Amino acid sequence: MASQLLVAVVGLFFLLPFLDLALSSLKPLSDIVAFPRNYWPHRFLWRNYMDALTLMPFGVYLRNTLIICVFAVIGHVLSSALPAYSLSRVRWPGREAALLILLSTMMLPGQVTMIPVYVIFHRLHMINTLYPLIIPAFLGSAFFTFMLRQFFLTIPSELVDAARVDGCGELGILVRVIAPLSKPALTTVTVLTFLWTWNDFFGPLLYLQSPSRWTISIGLAQFSSRHGQISWNLLLAASVAFTLPTIAAFFIAQDAFVQGISTTGFK
Amino acid sequence: MPSGLAISAASERRRARTARQLAIGLAFLSPWLIGFLSLTLYPMLASAYYSLTEFNIVTASRWVGLGNYVSALRDPEVRLAIGNTLYMVVVGIPIQQVSAFLFASLLNIRVRGQNVFRTVYFLPYLMPPVAAGLMWTYMLNPKYGLVNSILRLVGVRGPAWLLNPLWAKPALILIWVWSLGSATLIYLAALQDVPKELYESAQIDGAGRWARMRNITIPMVSAVTLFNVVMAIISAFQIFTTPYILAQTSSGGGAGAAVQGAPQGSLLFYTIYLYANAFTYLRMGYASALAWILFALIFVFTVLVIRWYLPKQTVM
Repeated sequence: MASQLLVAVVGLFFLLPFLDLALSSLKPLSDIVAFPRNYWPHRFLWRNYMDALTLMPFGVYLRNTLIICVFAVIGHVLSSALPAYSLSRVRWPGREAALLILLSTMMLPGQVTMIPVYVIFHRLHMINTLYPLIIPAFLGSAFFTFMLRQFFLTIPSELVDAARVDGCGELGILVRVIAPLSKPALTTVTVLTFLWTWNDFFGPLLYLQSPSRWTISIGLAQFSSRHGQISWNLLLAASVAFTLPTIAAFFIAQDAFVQGISTTGFK
Repeated sequence: MPSGLAISAASERRRARTARQLAIGLAFLSPWLIGFLSLTLYPMLASAYYSLTEFNIVTASRWVGLGNYVSALRDPEVRLAIGNTLYMVVVGIPIQQVSAFLFASLLNIRVRGQNVFRTVYFLPYLMPPVAAGLMWTYMLNPKYGLVNSILRLVGVRGPAWLLNPLWAKPALILIWVWSLGSATLIYLAALQDVPKELYESAQIDGAGRWARMRNITIPMVSAVTLFNVVMAIISAFQIFTTPYILAQTSSGGGAGAAVQGAPQGSLLFYTIYLYANAFTYLRMGYASALAWILFALIFVFTVLVIRWYLPKQTVM
Protein backbone atom coordinates (compact mmCIF):
# COMPACT_ATOMS: atom_id res chain seq x y z
CA MET A 1 0.00 0.00 0.00
CA ALA A 2 2.82 2.36 0.93
CA SER A 3 4.69 1.47 -2.22
CA GLN A 4 1.55 1.98 -4.30
CA LEU A 5 1.31 5.50 -2.92
CA LEU A 6 4.99 6.21 -3.53
CA VAL A 7 4.81 5.01 -7.13
CA ALA A 8 1.79 7.24 -7.69
CA VAL A 9 3.35 10.33 -6.08
CA VAL A 10 6.49 10.00 -8.20
CA GLY A 11 4.18 9.51 -11.17
CA LEU A 12 2.66 12.89 -10.38
CA PHE A 13 6.12 14.47 -10.59
CA PHE A 14 6.30 13.29 -14.21
CA LEU A 15 2.70 14.03 -15.06
CA LEU A 16 2.01 17.41 -13.43
CA PRO A 17 4.16 19.45 -15.85
CA PHE A 18 2.26 17.87 -18.76
CA LEU A 19 -1.10 18.63 -17.13
CA ASP A 20 -0.15 22.21 -16.38
CA LEU A 21 1.22 22.58 -19.90
CA ALA A 22 -2.05 21.37 -21.39
CA LEU A 23 -4.16 23.62 -19.17
CA SER A 24 -1.96 26.67 -19.66
CA SER A 25 -2.02 26.23 -23.42
CA LEU A 26 -5.78 26.88 -23.23
CA LYS A 27 -5.63 29.97 -21.01
CA PRO A 28 -5.87 33.58 -22.07
CA LEU A 29 -2.53 35.34 -21.51
CA SER A 30 -4.01 37.35 -18.62
CA ASP A 31 -4.67 34.03 -16.82
CA ILE A 32 -1.10 32.91 -17.23
CA VAL A 33 0.53 35.93 -15.68
CA ALA A 34 -2.13 36.22 -12.97
CA PHE A 35 -0.90 36.32 -9.40
CA PRO A 36 -1.82 34.43 -7.30
CA ARG A 37 -1.92 31.70 -9.85
CA ASN A 38 -5.12 30.11 -11.05
CA TYR A 39 -4.49 26.53 -12.01
CA TRP A 40 -7.71 26.08 -13.94
CA PRO A 41 -8.37 28.29 -17.00
CA HIS A 42 -11.13 30.88 -16.54
CA ARG A 43 -12.34 29.88 -19.93
CA PHE A 44 -10.93 27.41 -22.39
CA LEU A 45 -9.41 29.27 -25.30
CA TRP A 46 -9.17 26.62 -28.00
CA ARG A 47 -8.37 29.45 -30.37
CA ASN A 48 -4.84 29.51 -28.93
CA TYR A 49 -4.04 26.51 -31.06
CA MET A 50 -5.33 28.13 -34.24
CA ASP A 51 -3.47 31.33 -33.40
CA ALA A 52 -0.22 29.57 -32.54
CA LEU A 53 -0.23 27.48 -35.68
CA THR A 54 -1.07 30.41 -37.96
CA LEU A 55 1.00 33.14 -36.31
CA MET A 56 4.12 31.30 -37.31
CA PRO A 57 4.22 29.44 -40.63
CA PHE A 58 3.73 26.15 -38.84
CA GLY A 59 2.73 24.38 -42.04
CA VAL A 60 6.08 25.25 -43.62
CA TYR A 61 7.99 24.06 -40.55
CA LEU A 62 5.95 20.87 -40.45
CA ARG A 63 6.60 20.15 -44.12
CA ASN A 64 10.37 20.63 -43.72
CA THR A 65 10.44 18.49 -40.58
CA LEU A 66 8.45 15.70 -42.25
CA ILE A 67 10.63 15.72 -45.38
CA ILE A 68 13.74 15.29 -43.26
CA CYS A 69 12.08 12.61 -41.11
CA VAL A 70 10.87 10.53 -44.05
CA PHE A 71 14.22 10.55 -45.81
CA ALA A 72 16.11 9.99 -42.59
CA VAL A 73 14.03 6.91 -41.85
CA ILE A 74 14.44 5.49 -45.37
CA GLY A 75 18.14 6.32 -45.33
CA HIS A 76 18.88 4.84 -41.93
CA VAL A 77 16.97 1.62 -42.57
CA LEU A 78 18.71 1.01 -45.92
CA SER A 79 22.17 2.20 -45.02
CA SER A 80 22.24 0.31 -41.73
CA ALA A 81 20.68 -2.95 -42.91
CA LEU A 82 23.13 -3.44 -45.79
CA PRO A 83 26.33 -3.01 -43.72
CA ALA A 84 24.78 -4.99 -40.87
CA TYR A 85 24.26 -7.88 -43.29
CA SER A 86 27.85 -7.61 -44.46
CA LEU A 87 29.11 -7.62 -40.86
CA SER A 88 27.03 -10.58 -39.77
CA ARG A 89 26.16 -12.86 -42.68
CA VAL A 90 28.92 -12.49 -45.27
CA ARG A 91 32.28 -14.02 -44.46
CA TRP A 92 35.05 -11.85 -45.85
CA PRO A 93 38.63 -11.05 -44.87
CA GLY A 94 38.84 -7.84 -42.84
CA ARG A 95 35.32 -8.08 -41.48
CA GLU A 96 36.36 -8.08 -37.84
CA ALA A 97 38.61 -5.08 -38.37
CA ALA A 98 35.75 -3.19 -40.05
CA LEU A 99 33.49 -3.98 -37.10
CA LEU A 100 36.10 -2.69 -34.68
CA ILE A 101 36.44 0.57 -36.60
CA LEU A 102 32.67 0.93 -36.71
CA LEU A 103 32.42 0.51 -32.96
CA SER A 104 35.25 2.90 -32.23
CA THR A 105 33.64 5.69 -34.29
CA MET A 106 30.83 5.71 -31.73
CA MET A 107 33.27 7.05 -29.14
CA LEU A 108 34.09 10.11 -31.20
CA PRO A 109 32.07 13.16 -30.14
CA GLY A 110 30.23 14.78 -33.05
CA GLN A 111 31.87 18.13 -32.31
CA VAL A 112 35.17 16.85 -33.71
CA THR A 113 33.78 16.21 -37.18
CA MET A 114 31.13 18.96 -37.11
CA ILE A 115 33.20 21.80 -38.57
CA PRO A 116 34.81 19.91 -41.49
CA VAL A 117 31.45 18.34 -42.36
CA TYR A 118 29.96 21.84 -42.38
CA VAL A 119 32.78 22.97 -44.67
CA ILE A 120 32.06 20.06 -47.02
CA PHE A 121 28.39 21.01 -47.32
CA HIS A 122 29.41 24.65 -47.68
CA ARG A 123 31.61 23.75 -50.65
CA LEU A 124 28.75 21.74 -52.13
CA HIS A 125 26.52 24.87 -51.79
CA MET A 126 24.13 22.97 -49.58
CA ILE A 127 24.03 25.32 -46.58
CA ASN A 128 20.46 26.49 -46.01
CA THR A 129 19.06 23.38 -47.73
CA LEU A 130 17.69 20.19 -46.20
CA TYR A 131 20.41 18.05 -47.82
CA PRO A 132 22.96 18.18 -44.97
CA LEU A 133 20.26 16.76 -42.71
CA ILE A 134 19.28 14.02 -45.18
CA ILE A 135 22.44 12.84 -46.97
CA PRO A 136 24.28 11.59 -43.85
CA ALA A 137 21.31 9.33 -43.06
CA PHE A 138 22.05 7.43 -46.28
CA LEU A 139 25.70 6.95 -45.32
CA GLY A 140 25.26 4.55 -42.46
CA SER A 141 24.92 4.99 -38.75
CA ALA A 142 27.37 3.05 -36.58
CA PHE A 143 24.80 2.77 -33.84
CA PHE A 144 21.96 1.33 -35.93
CA THR A 145 24.33 -0.85 -37.97
CA PHE A 146 25.65 -2.44 -34.81
CA MET A 147 22.16 -2.88 -33.42
CA LEU A 148 20.92 -4.60 -36.58
CA ARG A 149 24.06 -6.74 -36.80
CA GLN A 150 23.43 -8.08 -33.31
CA PHE A 151 19.86 -8.88 -34.30
CA PHE A 152 20.80 -10.52 -37.62
CA LEU A 153 23.19 -12.83 -35.73
CA THR A 154 20.27 -14.32 -33.80
CA ILE A 155 18.65 -15.58 -37.01
CA PRO A 156 19.48 -19.28 -37.51
CA SER A 157 22.17 -19.69 -40.17
CA GLU A 158 20.37 -22.77 -41.55
CA LEU A 159 17.78 -20.43 -43.04
CA VAL A 160 20.45 -18.39 -44.78
CA ASP A 161 22.32 -21.49 -45.98
CA ALA A 162 19.12 -23.06 -47.29
CA ALA A 163 18.36 -19.91 -49.29
CA ARG A 164 21.91 -19.95 -50.69
CA VAL A 165 21.54 -23.58 -51.75
CA ASP A 166 18.29 -22.63 -53.49
CA GLY A 167 20.33 -20.17 -55.52
CA CYS A 168 19.13 -17.04 -53.80
CA GLY A 169 21.51 -14.08 -54.21
CA GLU A 170 22.86 -12.19 -51.19
CA LEU A 171 20.51 -9.25 -51.68
CA GLY A 172 17.64 -11.72 -52.05
CA ILE A 173 18.58 -13.36 -48.74
CA LEU A 174 18.63 -9.99 -47.00
CA VAL A 175 15.30 -8.91 -48.46
CA ARG A 176 13.39 -12.22 -48.38
CA VAL A 177 14.88 -14.09 -45.42
CA ILE A 178 16.55 -11.69 -42.98
CA ALA A 179 14.34 -8.60 -43.26
CA PRO A 180 10.98 -10.33 -42.62
CA LEU A 181 12.44 -11.99 -39.52
CA SER A 182 13.94 -8.69 -38.30
CA LYS A 183 10.75 -6.66 -38.26
CA PRO A 184 11.06 -5.76 -34.56
CA ALA A 185 14.61 -4.47 -35.00
CA LEU A 186 13.77 -2.59 -38.19
CA THR A 187 10.77 -1.03 -36.44
CA THR A 188 13.09 0.10 -33.67
CA VAL A 189 15.37 1.79 -36.20
CA THR A 190 12.33 3.45 -37.76
CA VAL A 191 10.79 4.82 -34.59
CA LEU A 192 14.04 5.92 -32.97
CA THR A 193 15.13 7.66 -36.18
CA PHE A 194 11.77 9.38 -36.38
CA LEU A 195 11.92 10.48 -32.74
CA TRP A 196 15.50 11.76 -32.84
CA THR A 197 15.04 13.50 -36.19
CA TRP A 198 11.73 15.08 -35.24
CA ASN A 199 13.24 16.28 -31.95
CA ASP A 200 16.60 17.39 -33.35
CA PHE A 201 17.56 21.00 -32.73
CA PHE A 202 21.29 21.15 -33.27
CA GLY A 203 21.42 19.91 -36.87
CA PRO A 204 18.76 22.32 -38.16
CA LEU A 205 20.30 25.14 -36.12
CA LEU A 206 23.59 24.55 -37.89
CA TYR A 207 22.34 24.29 -41.44
CA LEU A 208 18.98 26.04 -41.87
CA GLN A 209 19.05 29.83 -42.02
CA SER A 210 16.01 31.19 -43.78
CA PRO A 211 12.58 30.76 -42.17
CA SER A 212 11.24 28.96 -45.24
CA ARG A 213 13.67 26.10 -44.46
CA TRP A 214 13.19 25.90 -40.70
CA THR A 215 12.00 22.83 -38.90
CA ILE A 216 9.50 23.00 -36.05
CA SER A 217 12.22 22.96 -33.38
CA ILE A 218 13.97 25.98 -34.90
CA GLY A 219 10.73 27.82 -35.63
CA LEU A 220 9.56 27.34 -32.07
CA ALA A 221 12.87 28.44 -30.56
CA GLN A 222 12.87 31.55 -32.75
CA PHE A 223 9.24 32.32 -31.94
CA SER A 224 10.06 32.28 -28.24
CA SER A 225 12.88 34.74 -28.54
CA ARG A 226 11.42 37.09 -31.13
CA HIS A 227 8.91 38.87 -28.97
CA GLY A 228 9.75 41.00 -25.97
CA GLN A 229 6.71 39.87 -23.99
CA ILE A 230 6.41 36.14 -24.64
CA SER A 231 2.91 34.98 -25.63
CA TRP A 232 3.23 31.99 -23.33
CA ASN A 233 -0.19 30.58 -24.08
CA LEU A 234 0.55 30.38 -27.83
CA LEU A 235 4.07 29.11 -27.27
CA LEU A 236 2.78 26.37 -24.99
CA ALA A 237 0.04 25.45 -27.45
CA ALA A 238 2.64 25.09 -30.18
CA SER A 239 4.79 23.00 -27.81
CA VAL A 240 1.87 20.65 -27.22
CA ALA A 241 1.30 20.32 -30.96
CA PHE A 242 5.01 19.65 -31.44
CA THR A 243 5.07 16.98 -28.72
CA LEU A 244 1.91 15.03 -29.58
CA PRO A 245 3.30 13.17 -32.63
CA THR A 246 6.18 11.76 -30.57
CA ILE A 247 3.76 10.43 -27.98
CA ALA A 248 1.53 9.04 -30.73
CA ALA A 249 4.55 7.29 -32.27
CA PHE A 250 5.33 5.81 -28.88
CA PHE A 251 1.86 4.37 -28.46
CA ILE A 252 1.87 2.96 -31.98
CA ALA A 253 5.22 1.22 -31.53
CA GLN A 254 5.63 0.92 -27.77
CA ASP A 255 7.41 -2.43 -27.83
CA ALA A 256 9.91 -1.28 -30.42
CA PHE A 257 10.74 1.78 -28.32
CA VAL A 258 11.19 -0.13 -25.10
CA GLN A 259 13.15 -2.92 -26.77
CA GLY A 260 15.39 -0.51 -28.63
CA ILE A 261 16.22 1.55 -25.59
CA SER A 262 16.57 -1.19 -23.02
CA THR A 263 18.72 -3.43 -25.20
CA THR A 264 20.96 -0.81 -26.74
CA GLY A 265 20.37 2.05 -24.36
CA PHE A 266 21.53 5.09 -26.20
CA LYS A 267 20.88 8.78 -25.52
CA MET B 1 51.50 -34.27 -62.35
CA PRO B 2 47.74 -34.41 -62.17
CA SER B 3 47.58 -34.07 -58.36
CA GLY B 4 49.61 -30.83 -58.39
CA LEU B 5 47.29 -29.43 -61.01
CA ALA B 6 44.29 -30.41 -58.93
CA ILE B 7 45.74 -28.66 -55.87
CA SER B 8 46.51 -25.47 -57.73
CA ALA B 9 43.08 -25.55 -59.32
CA ALA B 10 41.52 -25.98 -55.88
CA SER B 11 43.49 -23.12 -54.37
CA GLU B 12 42.69 -21.05 -57.42
CA ARG B 13 39.00 -21.71 -56.82
CA ARG B 14 39.40 -20.87 -53.15
CA ARG B 15 41.14 -17.61 -54.01
CA ALA B 16 38.39 -16.72 -56.47
CA ARG B 17 35.79 -17.52 -53.83
CA THR B 18 37.53 -15.34 -51.25
CA ALA B 19 37.78 -12.50 -53.73
CA ARG B 20 34.08 -12.85 -54.49
CA GLN B 21 33.20 -12.88 -50.78
CA LEU B 22 35.35 -9.79 -50.25
CA ALA B 23 33.59 -8.02 -53.09
CA ILE B 24 30.16 -8.90 -51.70
CA GLY B 25 31.18 -7.90 -48.18
CA LEU B 26 32.52 -4.55 -49.28
CA ALA B 27 29.54 -3.89 -51.57
CA PHE B 28 27.10 -4.36 -48.71
CA LEU B 29 29.33 -2.40 -46.37
CA SER B 30 29.70 0.46 -48.82
CA PRO B 31 27.02 2.86 -47.45
CA TRP B 32 28.75 2.92 -44.10
CA LEU B 33 32.23 2.77 -45.64
CA ILE B 34 31.59 5.85 -47.79
CA GLY B 35 30.10 7.58 -44.78
CA PHE B 36 33.06 6.63 -42.62
CA LEU B 37 35.59 7.94 -45.13
CA SER B 38 33.77 11.18 -46.00
CA LEU B 39 31.97 12.07 -42.75
CA THR B 40 34.34 10.68 -40.12
CA LEU B 41 37.88 9.89 -41.24
CA TYR B 42 38.45 12.85 -43.56
CA PRO B 43 36.74 15.29 -41.15
CA MET B 44 38.91 13.99 -38.29
CA LEU B 45 42.07 14.72 -40.26
CA ALA B 46 40.71 18.05 -41.47
CA SER B 47 39.68 19.03 -37.96
CA ALA B 48 43.14 18.18 -36.62
CA TYR B 49 44.60 20.39 -39.34
CA TYR B 50 42.11 23.25 -38.80
CA SER B 51 42.92 23.19 -35.09
CA LEU B 52 46.45 24.27 -35.99
CA THR B 53 45.27 27.20 -38.10
CA GLU B 54 43.28 30.38 -38.00
CA PHE B 55 40.32 29.57 -40.18
CA ASN B 56 36.98 31.23 -40.82
CA ILE B 57 35.64 29.47 -43.95
CA VAL B 58 35.61 32.78 -45.88
CA THR B 59 39.27 33.73 -46.15
CA ALA B 60 42.32 31.50 -46.50
CA SER B 61 43.49 29.73 -43.37
CA ARG B 62 46.72 30.72 -41.63
CA TRP B 63 49.05 28.32 -39.80
CA VAL B 64 49.38 29.06 -36.08
CA GLY B 65 50.83 25.79 -34.80
CA LEU B 66 49.67 25.00 -31.28
CA GLY B 67 48.51 28.61 -30.81
CA ASN B 68 44.83 27.69 -30.54
CA TYR B 69 45.50 25.12 -27.84
CA VAL B 70 47.60 27.61 -25.89
CA SER B 71 44.87 30.26 -26.20
CA ALA B 72 42.27 27.75 -25.03
CA LEU B 73 44.22 27.07 -21.86
CA ARG B 74 44.33 30.82 -21.16
CA ASP B 75 40.74 31.58 -22.21
CA PRO B 76 38.68 32.50 -19.11
CA GLU B 77 35.49 31.50 -20.91
CA VAL B 78 36.88 28.03 -21.58
CA ARG B 79 37.57 27.75 -17.87
CA LEU B 80 34.04 28.94 -17.09
CA ALA B 81 32.54 26.50 -19.61
CA ILE B 82 34.58 23.56 -18.30
CA GLY B 83 33.61 24.47 -14.74
CA ASN B 84 29.90 24.54 -15.62
CA THR B 85 30.18 21.30 -17.54
CA LEU B 86 32.05 19.56 -14.72
CA TYR B 87 29.34 20.73 -12.32
CA MET B 88 26.84 18.75 -14.37
CA VAL B 89 29.16 15.73 -14.50
CA VAL B 90 30.15 15.71 -10.84
CA VAL B 91 26.91 16.93 -9.23
CA GLY B 92 24.31 16.22 -11.89
CA ILE B 93 25.20 12.68 -12.95
CA PRO B 94 25.17 11.13 -9.46
CA ILE B 95 21.76 12.72 -8.78
CA GLN B 96 20.51 11.62 -12.17
CA GLN B 97 21.74 8.03 -11.88
CA VAL B 98 20.53 7.51 -8.32
CA SER B 99 17.13 8.90 -9.34
CA ALA B 100 16.93 6.65 -12.38
CA PHE B 101 17.82 3.63 -10.26
CA LEU B 102 15.19 4.52 -7.65
CA PHE B 103 12.54 5.14 -10.31
CA ALA B 104 13.34 1.77 -11.87
CA SER B 105 13.12 0.10 -8.45
CA LEU B 106 9.69 1.66 -7.94
CA LEU B 107 8.56 0.45 -11.35
CA ASN B 108 9.79 -3.04 -10.48
CA ILE B 109 7.49 -3.29 -7.44
CA ARG B 110 4.24 -5.00 -8.28
CA VAL B 111 1.57 -2.33 -7.91
CA ARG B 112 -1.78 -1.75 -9.52
CA GLY B 113 -1.49 -0.06 -12.90
CA GLN B 114 2.20 -0.94 -13.22
CA ASN B 115 2.20 -0.64 -17.01
CA VAL B 116 0.51 2.75 -16.88
CA PHE B 117 3.16 4.01 -14.45
CA ARG B 118 5.95 2.65 -16.64
CA THR B 119 4.55 4.69 -19.52
CA VAL B 120 4.09 7.79 -17.36
CA TYR B 121 7.68 7.69 -16.04
CA PHE B 122 8.95 7.34 -19.59
CA LEU B 123 6.79 9.98 -21.33
CA PRO B 124 9.07 13.01 -20.67
CA TYR B 125 11.88 11.33 -22.61
CA LEU B 126 9.75 11.60 -25.76
CA MET B 127 9.17 15.34 -25.53
CA PRO B 128 11.28 17.35 -28.01
CA PRO B 129 14.01 19.10 -26.00
CA VAL B 130 13.00 22.45 -27.46
CA ALA B 131 9.39 22.00 -26.28
CA ALA B 132 10.59 20.71 -22.90
CA GLY B 133 12.97 23.65 -22.55
CA LEU B 134 10.19 26.14 -23.28
CA MET B 135 7.79 24.37 -20.95
CA TRP B 136 10.29 24.33 -18.10
CA THR B 137 11.17 27.99 -18.59
CA TYR B 138 7.49 28.63 -17.95
CA MET B 139 7.26 26.11 -15.08
CA LEU B 140 10.29 27.68 -13.39
CA ASN B 141 9.14 31.27 -13.72
CA PRO B 142 9.74 32.60 -10.20
CA LYS B 143 6.37 34.32 -9.98
CA TYR B 144 3.73 32.49 -11.96
CA GLY B 145 5.44 29.17 -12.69
CA LEU B 146 4.09 25.87 -11.39
CA VAL B 147 7.15 24.93 -9.32
CA ASN B 148 7.27 28.01 -7.14
CA SER B 149 3.47 28.11 -6.90
CA ILE B 150 3.49 24.62 -5.42
CA LEU B 151 6.38 25.54 -3.12
CA ARG B 152 4.37 28.59 -2.00
CA LEU B 153 1.43 26.30 -1.15
CA VAL B 154 3.65 24.50 1.35
CA GLY B 155 5.10 27.75 2.64
CA VAL B 156 8.45 27.73 0.87
CA ARG B 157 9.70 30.73 -1.06
CA GLY B 158 11.22 29.27 -4.17
CA PRO B 159 14.37 30.65 -5.80
CA ALA B 160 14.44 32.63 -9.03
CA TRP B 161 15.72 29.51 -10.82
CA LEU B 162 16.75 30.48 -14.35
CA LEU B 163 17.18 34.14 -13.47
CA ASN B 164 19.64 33.38 -10.70
CA PRO B 165 23.14 32.15 -11.66
CA LEU B 166 23.28 30.00 -8.53
CA TRP B 167 20.05 28.19 -9.34
CA ALA B 168 20.23 27.81 -13.11
CA LYS B 169 22.27 24.60 -13.05
CA PRO B 170 20.19 22.98 -10.27
CA ALA B 171 17.17 23.79 -12.46
CA LEU B 172 18.85 21.98 -15.32
CA ILE B 173 19.48 18.95 -13.09
CA LEU B 174 15.79 18.99 -12.16
CA ILE B 175 14.92 18.83 -15.85
CA TRP B 176 17.40 15.96 -16.30
CA VAL B 177 15.75 14.01 -13.50
CA TRP B 178 12.34 14.63 -15.02
CA SER B 179 13.34 13.40 -18.47
CA LEU B 180 15.62 10.45 -17.74
CA GLY B 181 13.17 7.80 -18.95
CA SER B 182 15.73 5.96 -21.05
CA ALA B 183 18.17 5.41 -18.17
CA THR B 184 15.24 4.26 -16.02
CA LEU B 185 14.20 1.74 -18.68
CA ILE B 186 17.72 0.34 -18.86
CA TYR B 187 17.89 -0.06 -15.07
CA LEU B 188 14.45 -1.63 -15.08
CA ALA B 189 15.51 -4.21 -17.67
CA ALA B 190 18.55 -5.03 -15.48
CA LEU B 191 16.42 -5.32 -12.33
CA GLN B 192 14.10 -7.75 -14.08
CA ASP B 193 17.09 -9.94 -14.95
CA VAL B 194 18.11 -10.44 -11.31
CA PRO B 195 17.23 -14.06 -10.40
CA LYS B 196 14.30 -14.17 -7.96
CA GLU B 197 15.88 -17.09 -6.06
CA LEU B 198 18.59 -14.78 -4.73
CA TYR B 199 16.00 -12.64 -2.96
CA GLU B 200 14.10 -15.66 -1.70
CA SER B 201 17.11 -17.29 -0.09
CA ALA B 202 18.25 -13.95 1.34
CA GLN B 203 14.80 -13.47 2.84
CA ILE B 204 15.00 -16.93 4.43
CA ASP B 205 18.35 -15.90 5.89
CA GLY B 206 16.56 -12.92 7.42
CA ALA B 207 18.04 -10.17 5.27
CA GLY B 208 16.02 -6.94 5.43
CA ARG B 209 14.97 -4.81 2.49
CA TRP B 210 18.05 -2.56 2.67
CA ALA B 211 20.42 -5.50 3.04
CA ARG B 212 18.89 -7.16 -0.02
CA MET B 213 19.22 -3.95 -2.03
CA ARG B 214 22.84 -3.50 -0.94
CA ASN B 215 24.06 -7.06 -1.24
CA ILE B 216 22.02 -8.37 -4.14
CA THR B 217 20.42 -5.69 -6.31
CA ILE B 218 23.21 -3.13 -6.53
CA PRO B 219 25.97 -5.67 -7.28
CA MET B 220 23.78 -7.52 -9.78
CA VAL B 221 23.07 -4.42 -11.85
CA SER B 222 26.58 -2.99 -11.56
CA ALA B 223 27.49 -3.67 -15.19
CA VAL B 224 24.44 -1.72 -16.32
CA THR B 225 25.26 1.05 -13.86
CA LEU B 226 28.70 1.42 -15.39
CA PHE B 227 27.17 1.49 -18.87
CA ASN B 228 24.63 4.13 -17.85
CA VAL B 229 27.26 6.27 -16.13
CA VAL B 230 29.61 6.17 -19.11
CA MET B 231 26.77 7.12 -21.48
CA ALA B 232 25.74 9.91 -19.10
CA ILE B 233 29.29 11.28 -18.99
CA ILE B 234 29.54 11.32 -22.76
CA SER B 235 26.23 13.11 -23.17
CA ALA B 236 26.79 15.50 -20.25
CA PHE B 237 29.99 16.76 -21.84
CA GLN B 238 28.00 17.42 -25.02
CA ILE B 239 24.97 19.03 -23.37
CA PHE B 240 23.61 21.73 -25.67
CA THR B 241 19.94 22.09 -26.56
CA THR B 242 18.24 22.39 -23.18
CA PRO B 243 20.57 25.03 -21.68
CA TYR B 244 20.54 26.89 -25.02
CA ILE B 245 16.74 27.12 -24.96
CA LEU B 246 16.59 27.94 -21.25
CA ALA B 247 19.16 30.72 -21.60
CA GLN B 248 17.60 32.35 -24.63
CA THR B 249 14.01 32.13 -23.38
CA SER B 250 14.36 32.99 -19.71
CA SER B 251 16.52 36.01 -20.44
CA GLY B 252 14.43 37.10 -23.41
CA GLY B 253 17.77 37.76 -25.09
CA GLY B 254 17.52 35.34 -28.00
CA ALA B 255 20.46 33.52 -29.57
CA GLY B 256 22.89 36.14 -28.25
CA ALA B 257 21.97 35.32 -24.67
CA ALA B 258 22.04 31.59 -25.45
CA VAL B 259 25.66 31.57 -26.61
CA GLN B 260 26.66 33.62 -23.57
CA GLY B 261 24.95 31.14 -21.26
CA ALA B 262 22.62 33.58 -19.50
CA PRO B 263 22.18 34.17 -16.57
CA GLN B 264 25.71 35.55 -16.16
CA GLY B 265 27.42 32.68 -17.93
CA SER B 266 26.03 30.09 -15.54
CA LEU B 267 24.61 28.09 -18.47
CA LEU B 268 27.66 28.49 -20.69
CA PHE B 269 28.52 24.86 -21.33
CA TYR B 270 31.48 23.59 -23.27
CA THR B 271 29.67 22.69 -26.49
CA ILE B 272 27.73 25.94 -26.46
CA TYR B 273 30.97 27.89 -26.29
CA LEU B 274 32.44 25.65 -29.00
CA TYR B 275 29.39 26.22 -31.22
CA ALA B 276 29.56 29.98 -30.61
CA ASN B 277 33.21 30.07 -31.63
CA ALA B 278 32.66 28.07 -34.78
CA PHE B 279 29.44 29.59 -36.05
CA THR B 280 28.84 32.90 -34.28
CA TYR B 281 32.39 34.29 -34.03
CA LEU B 282 33.58 32.24 -37.06
CA ARG B 283 36.75 31.16 -35.25
CA MET B 284 36.67 27.68 -36.74
CA GLY B 285 40.31 26.85 -36.13
CA TYR B 286 39.96 27.71 -32.48
CA ALA B 287 36.67 25.77 -32.26
CA SER B 288 38.39 22.73 -33.82
CA ALA B 289 41.03 22.86 -31.11
CA LEU B 290 38.23 23.08 -28.52
CA ALA B 291 36.64 19.99 -30.08
CA TRP B 292 39.82 17.94 -29.67
CA ILE B 293 40.17 19.14 -26.09
CA LEU B 294 36.57 17.99 -25.53
CA PHE B 295 37.42 14.59 -26.96
CA ALA B 296 40.40 14.34 -24.62
CA LEU B 297 38.27 15.37 -21.61
CA ILE B 298 35.59 12.77 -22.40
CA PHE B 299 38.21 10.11 -22.97
CA VAL B 300 40.07 10.80 -19.73
CA PHE B 301 36.89 10.94 -17.66
CA THR B 302 35.51 7.73 -19.15
CA VAL B 303 38.74 5.84 -18.55
CA LEU B 304 39.01 7.20 -15.00
CA VAL B 305 35.46 6.16 -14.16
CA ILE B 306 35.93 2.69 -15.62
CA ARG B 307 39.23 2.18 -13.78
CA TRP B 308 37.80 3.45 -10.53
CA TYR B 309 34.68 1.37 -10.90
CA LEU B 310 35.83 -2.02 -12.14
CA PRO B 311 38.02 -3.18 -9.22
CA LYS B 312 35.07 -2.64 -6.87
CA GLN B 313 32.97 -5.18 -8.71
CA THR B 314 34.07 -8.38 -7.09
CA VAL B 315 30.65 -9.94 -7.47
CA MET B 316 30.30 -9.70 -11.22
